[in-house]
Amino acid sequence: MSRLDALPPWAAILVAAFVLLGALFAFVGSLGLLRLENFYQRVHAPTLGTTLGTFFMLAGSITCFSVLHGRPIFYEILIGVFLTLTTPITLMLLVRAALYRDREEGSQDVPQLTPKD
Amino acid sequence: MIRRWLPYPILSALLLAVWLLLQQSVAPGTILLGALLGVALAKVFGLLRPPKARLRHYPLLGRLFLRVVLDIFRSNLAVARLILRRDSRTRSGFVAIPLTLTDHHGLAVLACIITSTPGTIWVSYDPDANILLIHVLDLVDEAGWIDSIKRRYERPLLEIFQ
Amino acid sequence: MSHGLLGAAVIVAQILLLLAMSFSIIRMVRGPRAQDRVLALDALYVNAMLLLLTVGIRSGSLLYVEAGLIIALLGFAGTVALSKFLMRGQVIE
Repeated sequence: MSRLDALPPWAAILVAAFVLLGALFAFVGSLGLLRLENFYQRVHAPTLGTTLGTFFMLAGSITCFSVLHGRPIFYEILIGVFLTLTTPITLMLLVRAALYRDREEGSQDVPQLTPKD
Repeated sequence: MIRRWLPYPILSALLLAVWLLLQQSVAPGTILLGALLGVALAKVFGLLRPPKARLRHYPLLGRLFLRVVLDIFRSNLAVARLILRRDSRTRSGFVAIPLTLTDHHGLAVLACIITSTPGTIWVSYDPDANILLIHVLDLVDEAGWIDSIKRRYERPLLEIFQ
Repeated sequence: MSHGLLGAAVIVAQILLLLAMSFSIIRMVRGPRAQDRVLALDALYVNAMLLLLTVGIRSGSLLYVEAGLIIALLGFAGTVALSKFLMRGQVIE
C-alpha cells in the first residue's frame, strides 16, 4: 500500500466509497444470476454490474490515478464507453438465441410466432 | 472537396479522441497520426454504405440522455432490491408494445436504452406489424410499462429522428 | 487513518468481486441450458475486469486498466460468437 499513501485523505475516502459501491453492485448482479428462477429473469441481473458497478469502479479508478499523478487521467472512460456500447448487443443477441431455441423446442413459456412470419 | 475527404466528420473526430485517450498524450505526432487514422477509418466505414441519419433537435437529445442516465440509476436500485428480497412471487413476463417509431436509427437507440436499463430487455421487433416485444423483470402492471416506454423514450425519439 | 480505510475498502471490494465471480461460475456449471452458461461467462468476464481495476488501484499502476480494456474487448467478441453459435448451429448438449 506504499504508493497509495500519497493520496490526500479526502481522495482516499472518496476512492474507498466508489470502489465499495462498484463491487457491491457487481456482487448483487451476480447474486441475481444465481437466485432468479428462469433464464429470462436472470438475463436482467448482470446489467447491474455493467452499468452502475462499472460506473462506480471507473469513477474510483479515475479519482485515484488523477490525484496520484497530479493530472487528469480519464482513459478508463474508454472501458465505460465500450461496455455501454457492447452490453446491449450481447444481451440482445443472447435473448434472441434463447427465444429461438425455446421456440424450436415448442416451449409454452415464450410468446409464439405470429402466423404471418 | 471537404465532403470527399471527410464524409463523416463526427466519426473522424470521435476516432481521433479515442486515439488521443489511448495514447494519453497531445503531442503533435500523436494528433497527426490520430487524425490520419480518423479520416482513413471513416472512409472505410463509408464503404459499408450506411443509411444516413438525420438528427434534429439536439437539446432534446441531451435531455433524453440525462433522463436515461437517471432511469438507469433508479432501475439499478429497483432490480437490486428485487434480487435481495428473495421473493419467488416476482412476476416477470413478456410485453408487446405497438410502436409508431419506424426510423432505423431511432429503433437502434431505443433498443440500446431498453436493454441497458436493468429490468427491461429488448427481445424482438416485428417490422411489418411494428410491434416490439420486451421482457420485463418486475411486471406489475403491463399497461403502465407500455405507457411509460412510449411516453418517456419513444416520443422524444420520434421528434429527434423522424 | 483514511489510508487504512482505503486499504480495507479495496480488500472488501475484492472479496465481493471474488464472490461474484464464484456465483457466475456456479451458474455456468449448473446451467441448466447453454444460454445460461453463456450469460454466466459474460458476467464472469465483467467481474474479472472490475477485479483487475481494484488490483490496479491497490498497486497504483495504470497497466491494469489497459488489461481491463483488453478483457472487455475480447469478452465482447467471445460472447457474440457464442450467441451466434446458439442461434444458428445444432448445439449438442
